[in-house]
Amino acid sequence: MTASIGVVVFPGTNCEHDAVAAVDALGGHGRLIFHTDTSLGDVDGLILPGGFAHGDYLRPGAIARFSPIMDAVRGFAESGGPVVGICNGFQVLCEAHLLPGALQKNRGLTFLCQPSVLEVVSTASVLTSGATVGDRLDVPINHFSGSYTCDIDTLRTLTESDRIVLRYADNPNGSIDAIAGISNEAGNVVGLMPHPERAVSALLGSEDGAVLLRSFLDAAASASVA
Amino acid sequence: MAAPSSSDQPLHRALGLTDAELEDIIAVLGREPNALELALYGVMWSEHCSYKSSRIHLKRLPTTGDKVLVGPGENAGVIDAGDGIAVAIRIESHNHPSAIEPYQGAATGVGGILRDIFTMGARPLAVMDPLFFGTPDDARQRWLIEGVVSGISGYGNSVGVPTIGGELTFDPCYQTNPLVNVLCVGALPVERLVLGIASGTGNLAVLLGSSTGRDGIGGVSVLASAGFEGEDGAASLDESKRPATQVGDPYEEKRLIEACLALLDEKLVVGIQDLGGGGLACGTSELAARGRVGMDVDVDAIPRREPGMEPWEVMTSESQERMLAIVTPESLPTVIELCSRWEVAATVIGEVTEPDYDDAGEPVGMLRLRSGGEVVGEVPAASLADEAPLYERPLLEPANRDARSAADPSETIEGIDLEAALLSLLLDPIPVYRQYDHQLFLNTVIGPGADAALLRLAGPGLPASTRGMSLSTDSNPRWGSLDPRAATAATVAEGVGNLACTGATPVAVVNCLNFGNPEHPEVMWQLSESIDGMGDACRALGLPVIGGNVSLYNESGGSDIDPTAVIGTLGLLDELVVRPPSVGWGDGETVLLIGADDAGLLGGSRLAVEVLGNRDGRLFDLDLAEFSQAATLVASMVAEHAAGRPGLLGAVHDVGSGGLAVALAEMAIKGGVGATVSTGVSTAGLFSERPGRFLVTSTDPEAVAAQAEVAGVPCRVLGRTGGDVLSLDGQLSVTVSALAERSANALENALDAAG
Repeated sequence: MTASIGVVVFPGTNCEHDAVAAVDALGGHGRLIFHTDTSLGDVDGLILPGGFAHGDYLRPGAIARFSPIMDAVRGFAESGGPVVGICNGFQVLCEAHLLPGALQKNRGLTFLCQPSVLEVVSTASVLTSGATVGDRLDVPINHFSGSYTCDIDTLRTLTESDRIVLRYADNPNGSIDAIAGISNEAGNVVGLMPHPERAVSALLGSEDGAVLLRSFLDAAASASVA
Repeated sequence: MAAPSSSDQPLHRALGLTDAELEDIIAVLGREPNALELALYGVMWSEHCSYKSSRIHLKRLPTTGDKVLVGPGENAGVIDAGDGIAVAIRIESHNHPSAIEPYQGAATGVGGILRDIFTMGARPLAVMDPLFFGTPDDARQRWLIEGVVSGISGYGNSVGVPTIGGELTFDPCYQTNPLVNVLCVGALPVERLVLGIASGTGNLAVLLGSSTGRDGIGGVSVLASAGFEGEDGAASLDESKRPATQVGDPYEEKRLIEACLALLDEKLVVGIQDLGGGGLACGTSELAARGRVGMDVDVDAIPRREPGMEPWEVMTSESQERMLAIVTPESLPTVIELCSRWEVAATVIGEVTEPDYDDAGEPVGMLRLRSGGEVVGEVPAASLADEAPLYERPLLEPANRDARSAADPSETIEGIDLEAALLSLLLDPIPVYRQYDHQLFLNTVIGPGADAALLRLAGPGLPASTRGMSLSTDSNPRWGSLDPRAATAATVAEGVGNLACTGATPVAVVNCLNFGNPEHPEVMWQLSESIDGMGDACRALGLPVIGGNVSLYNESGGSDIDPTAVIGTLGLLDELVVRPPSVGWGDGETVLLIGADDAGLLGGSRLAVEVLGNRDGRLFDLDLAEFSQAATLVASMVAEHAAGRPGLLGAVHDVGSGGLAVALAEMAIKGGVGATVSTGVSTAGLFSERPGRFLVTSTDPEAVAAQAEVAGVPCRVLGRTGGDVLSLDGQLSVTVSALAERSANALENALDAAG
């Protein structure tokens, strides 16, 4: 069945149309949800897309976490619904404490838009269930504040509970343990800095992001059936 | 009232108006203008807004064509791209603000051009930034470069428009006057096209977006239409002009874009105009003048950032992220509601009025400004927008032209270290381009750093299409300094040649003419010649000029920059479904040169200027018909690949600045494979730069040669790829890794040396 995916739009979000296009291209059905809404409607999965919610003012994600829609997002996540935060969406999920840790400015203190190679570390998440541990995926990054950090206890917990989902092959932004993406304990909430929606077309240079988004759509479809 | 004044000169001069212009204003009004009115004229009759020195020359450009929906004079040019999609394009300069405040200058340059595009109903889809700096060997250049690049990055990425390319040029002539040009392209469903015209008596003028502050007052007149006078031509120059630069807020602009496109989608506006250079003075008078109507503006209704602002400050402020929309009273509630969804302020500040009529019965729309219940200013809108005096300034061919062209730099090439020369000409701009989001909207097939950028013709709200569009920006001050006419013609050709490498057919050009002080007759000669060169080439190649910008007074310490005509070229592909061949070649391919050899002249080449230290010489001759045949052949071969049909090519690259040697090196670097090549040209011919030559690789060279023969285009085999060394004519052998290392590190090394 077709998974219905809600894509949350904050003022300043800019990857919402790309996320919908990628979901649709992979057989799902993407629909925009505005930040002032208080209900998600009928969705099987949620994407918090990239961009600069509220201009990234104060801190990326710091204002967006207080948006009216976030209570519904939290409820959906806590009830096991598949949620993926991409780039700014990852930052929002961290600020909302749906994922641990934080994203700091890149090592080198410049914005980076470039190809990156990701290594699949865990398949115990809604984003990586269809991939194989050790897969190397060509998925671009596009961020200024993408250097993941957390305290040492959190890092140990993430590692031991198989919640480090993706690592960079060359760690372009200086993330702790080269972390590119993590999940929550249940594996249904995932945040990653790279942009899988930018890697679903050979015309644009890579199709390696499709395995990630397909996993997510499958998880959403089965959550819907359940 | 308080007004800009200076104790030692009359008000009109402080506002940038000449004594003769004051007389003209008195003749228009039939009375002395008050200080507010004078401030309006100071802004609107500035060189930047009125094109008073260049307009008589710009008339000589071809501006019409089958696909042109909107030509020059509107906020942007618009082309019918097929499949119900129109493409809007514009280029602008933000040179002087960037020289004084590089981050905000460059950022607001991006913001301003985006508004020009979405004013037309188009969603901005891509930006390109041609940048020109002095040689990066002092700390000030480093500050400028880092500031400008982070300004573009900070604003462009955040506002959500990808930056897909541009140019990066270093030359001592820009040491104190950098150039920051910005091109924007957008697309719209054809039926959404709107123009900046006010109409309908009683309709409301609604100000959208930011409140109005004291930033940017006099930006176009004080800053953009005068040179820098700093005597030492360095860091101390004209710090006092910094308050005339604007400050940008990309988050406000992002919401403004979404709100305006939604208003246009819902057909809620009658006309709309962005407020950039010249602020409300410009926006109100242009809207009214184009519609031949009047406009009453309640200056007190305009939301302000700070108390105590005088009407002249409010009307000439260049505060960013503002638009002026004309809406019917009936649709006002819906407009306000839709804007509030995007947290965009919408304030009624005036209304459209019946024009007066002059003695001949012609409508004269009056711009009336009210404050405190009184009319504080009243002038014919068209006199501000369209009736600035036009100047036919004296032209003078520089006296030293014959002397400079007497000898070609190729005469002194004997004995140079070819390897060192080649390495020194390699510079990969990626450290700049990776700071720009160049992928948003999932359209970017070829991004920055190639011959031209290539995009899918797609975007939110557009009809489905498998077409593609290609964009290039090109310029060459080294050529321009020798022969501005031939140089600008060749620059147009260079753009068409770059587009050919993506398979695109060129459909239109825009231009940004960056020149020195127009009061110098030599500069006016350069400008006039350059415009004629552009016209010559565009007529020969069948290209309309659909927009442009003229930036004058690029001088400092009395020295003008070299003529810098930036040409933006837009091309289309009928079918873009497969990535076409790129610059990097593969292993075991035959290398061919398509297009006639040039004469090996080095005048104006990078080798002459940067290696031999010789800026003189004579520019190559370019046969535009011969050029066009070669470019068309290459474009058709690449387009086969892009359409998903079997093609012949492994790689393709335009021979551009640095000549054959640099082009071959770039193909080796990008491919990671060497080659053994016999060019058959002189040593100078390895570095000569005449457009119209293309390097391609193929595993079926006979078929390539056969197609070239049918097209009547010269084509010959130069060699074969393979190994890890690039060997040229047995004269020069360099490992690909040495080429790649130099290229990758050149920019950062140059900048680090400055630190």
